[in-house]
Amino acid sequence: MSLKSYVTPSFLIERNKDRCIKCKVCVQQCANEVHRYDEEDDEIISEEHQCVNCQRCVTMCPTGALTIRRNPNELRQNSNWTAEAVRAIYIQAETGGILLTGMGNDRPYPVYWDNILLNASQVTNPSIDPLREPMELKTHLGRKPDSLSIKEGKLQKKLPPQLELELPIMFSAMSFGSISLNAIKSLAEAAKQEGTYFNTGEGGLHRDLYQYGKNAIVQVASGRFGVHADYLQAGAAIEIKIGQGAKPGIGGHLPGEKVEREVSETRMIPEGTDAISPAPHHDIYSIEDLRQLIYSLKEATNYEKPVSVKIAAVHNVAAIASGIARAGADIIAIDGYRGGTGAAPLRIRDNVGIPIEFALAAVDTRLRQEAIRNQVSLVVGGSIRNSADIVKAIALGADAVYIASSALLALGCHMCQKCYTGKCNWGIATQDPHLAKRLNPELGAQRARNLLRAWKHEIQEMLGGMGINAIESLRGNRLMLRGIGLTEKELQILGIKNAGE
Amino acid sequence: MKRVYVREEYCAGCGLCQVHCITAHSEYKGDIIKAYKKSFPRPLARVIVEEKRPLSFSLQCRHCEEAECVKACITGAMQKDPATGIVINDTARCIGCWTCVLVCPYGAVRRDETLHKVAVKCDMCAEAGGVPSCVENCPNGALEYREER
Amino acid sequence: MLREGQIRIPSGCAISGIMNKKGRVFGGGDIINSIAVMHDRSNGLGGGFAAYGIYPEFKEEYAFHFFFDHTAIKNEIEALLKKNFIIASGEAIPVRKSNSIKDAPLIWRYFVRPKHRVLVKQEVDEEEFVVRFVMRVNSEIDGAYIFSSGKNMGAFKGVGYPEDIGEFYRLEEYSGYIWTAHGRFPTNTPGWWGGAHPFTLLDCSVVHNGEISSYDANRRQLEMYGYKCVLQTDTEVVAYIFDYLMRKQGLPLDVIVKAMASPFWHEIDRMNKKEKEILRAIRVVYGGFLVNGPFSILIGTNQGMIALNDRIKLRPSIAATKGDYLYVASEEAAIRQVCSKPEHMWMPRGGEPVIGLLETSQPTCVPVRTEQEKIAINS
Repeated sequence: MSLKSYVTPSFLIERNKDRCIKCKVCVQQCANEVHRYDEEDDEIISEEHQCVNCQRCVTMCPTGALTIRRNPNELRQNSNWTAEAVRAIYIQAETGGILLTGMGNDRPYPVYWDNILLNASQVTNPSIDPLREPMELKTHLGRKPDSLSIKEGKLQKKLPPQLELELPIMFSAMSFGSISLNAIKSLAEAAKQEGTYFNTGEGGLHRDLYQYGKNAIVQVASGRFGVHADYLQAGAAIEIKIGQGAKPGIGGHLPGEKVEREVSETRMIPEGTDAISPAPHHDIYSIEDLRQLIYSLKEATNYEKPVSVKIAAVHNVAAIASGIARAGADIIAIDGYRGGTGAAPLRIRDNVGIPIEFALAAVDTRLRQEAIRNQVSLVVGGSIRNSADIVKAIALGADAVYIASSALLALGCHMCQKCYTGKCNWGIATQDPHLAKRLNPELGAQRARNLLRAWKHEIQEMLGGMGINAIESLRGNRLMLRGIGLTEKELQILGIKNAGE
Repeated sequence: MKRVYVREEYCAGCGLCQVHCITAHSEYKGDIIKAYKKSFPRPLARVIVEEKRPLSFSLQCRHCEEAECVKACITGAMQKDPATGIVINDTARCIGCWTCVLVCPYGAVRRDETLHKVAVKCDMCAEAGGVPSCVENCPNGALEYREER
Repeated sequence: MLREGQIRIPSGCAISGIMNKKGRVFGGGDIINSIAVMHDRSNGLGGGFAAYGIYPEFKEEYAFHFFFDHTAIKNEIEALLKKNFIIASGEAIPVRKSNSIKDAPLIWRYFVRPKHRVLVKQEVDEEEFVVRFVMRVNSEIDGAYIFSSGKNMGAFKGVGYPEDIGEFYRLEEYSGYIWTAHGRFPTNTPGWWGGAHPFTLLDCSVVHNGEISSYDANRRQLEMYGYKCVLQTDTEVVAYIFDYLMRKQGLPLDVIVKAMASPFWHEIDRMNKKEKEILRAIRVVYGGFLVNGPFSILIGTNQGMIALNDRIKLRPSIAATKGDYLYVASEEAAIRQVCSKPEHMWMPRGGEPVIGLLETSQPTCVPVRTEQEKIAINS
């Protein structure tokens, strides 16, 4: 007896017969085997059940014959029991499992970036033209001392280690395992070319990537996968991952099927075994434990590398960040509830955490109230979608941003949210060599670079418009922001005025 | 001479090189739909996508220095252009004896029997000039048109 | 309508400064003449002066200049002063009735010294105590405002054209070795006496022409170190930055100007290794004190006078020397008005300071580097 599935296809594939030339590119490209060629009828048939709407076939079709739409088939209208709610129950009734998903929270919560407006100069001070004047985006991440001692033209004490970024954008943590080596190579090369950093995630550093060590932030997470002396030495900074915006409070799970030889070697685990990152670090049950790990890592690397601590934006984030700063971290990375993931339980992704805009504002304000803001750099991530988001984040108080979803979109990701299946048709979230080769890292690096450069130009334009020619003068400059459509309380938390004020 | 080189590590096996090859050799250049639906006979693709997953690559005539097909051709239809080095089959003189098919070490010559029998192979899009259509349209940079390294 | 301090008000301006590097005092007539030439750069909504060396008889006392809204608050403040300070003298600042100056508040000055036992109790030094007192009065007490708090110096300011303010305060009757002046062009305020320039803290005074686009970044950085930016003006922020870097951090002058108007990274990249290391450190550590956007400022202290422009010189300033005198002003005419044949006259580049130190002073700075800076000092 087999269980009949009640789950109907989510999408409808329309094939324009006038355009289809039956070249079978779609058949060839779909890893979900949605399209097949029927020799007898000389027809291409699409079996929509498996379609995830990744747009690979649509994009590759040389004649534009394909359209994917939401399946117009509708359940009886019900504002409470939406089709999605019903569908989720059918799936769980059939599988008995946790609902999984990929990428960031897609619920219609407010996007506060879109309720914030930027300032520009008019008359009383001139805007600055970045095409004609220097426009500096160089950013340093790391602990800043309270003061410098300069005697007889000499610096008496060296600065603590700093990461030097040519622009305030870094690629956020994505492990080898969750994404393909080609995807990481693309980002590593782009980071190197543009003077910024990529982050290994908890995947270790593949031997091919040691050449990019100067541009790597190496992560130490709860599973400690791939962590060894050379790995720590190879990176420019070390990041302790406590949590992630997409799944605060829970660990990670890379299924054994994805742990092929290269992943197994890099992570230092047997081939084919599940890589399970525990929810907490089992040597960090308190802030003082964190301090020990921070200093252990600093000691192991001769205090030559800044240590970052990454946390998810949760309700009490300001106090936690303050604790992390006092525990000795040089950088605090905060990941908002819209942050992406290769795999997360759906309910956690969609219901746990808080918006990065609030978390950032609260943390920056708190660290300033405690006069320890200069002891740490703040890096925020969790759905930075464009250059304006970055300018707003920096004006709210961030030193730099982490981008991951945006970076993957640049490489070709189409946000189908099925990363956890390992069947990424774009060669990104997969270890299947047949699929991974679809991402040529040379082209990928070029695309990622282009994105960084485009954003850099846009940030420069916006800065110039405000009459600012160095990014540090934007940092925490909340007067450059105005809220629109926000409540008194929201404005207060963000620490900004309303438009017109 | 410049040849088409394949980087099989990035070949997605999509077959778009074939689609564009067919279009480029049809009477409707630049219009894929017409090339497929209206041109008669529809030209054969001069490139062949070989696949044994995860391996795949697009194969076309290597335009050998010492081309076996040229030597073997019994009518003189198959000739190597001394200036460009491109090996071209003059279809007007080709009688479809398949000797070239037999001797090609790469299996890059195909048999076209739609009208009269004739051997077809990559001409490097010489007529149009510039970068061959397959290279131009490879979505993943898996084909390169360059001098030998 | 919101008053200065409740809202941020940008303004354009004229500035002028004259100093005698030997510390010889001269009357306030020249500075009034100089600023008067630039009448059109202000709009009658603010003018003011700072003068150094004017109170030799009370040079060990802090000279507090007060605006009071009414007598009741004056009495309250006097009680507060008595509790914390030994008052050597107190009087209304003599003014000249004038048609052009209206709605003047009560203007008083007190020469005071903090009581020893109060200092001991609060465990702070004298200067820090005075700073905290000024901050407290200005941010917490309605109707009273301390607009000058240094030793042997004083600020004189109000709503009106600067030349009228000068006449109102009878400045020709004072003699000082440094005089700075300011004419204000605020864009959207009826003007408030406390909002006029110069802005002072202890003996540091700032007159400023510009609109600082880094305002909130600077403000929030300062507030981390206990400053309260009650006026929401650029000038206040500049004065506090200067106070913080010089008094609290004890940084040399050249380091301070490099923090406030840093060289560009591409310039730093071309420096030698030692300079590069220092400049990088300054930018990394004091990035929150980089003053961005157009500005031209004149900072006065008991030690001398410093002029500084923003990094790309978006506001004018010109400097000149003649004999023992150093002149800095927004316009050349303002200098030529009071100095007919200057020996040197130059337009300082963006970010390049003019530092004029008294010969008698103990400079806290390392020798400055550029040619023009040398001229300023050695003239």
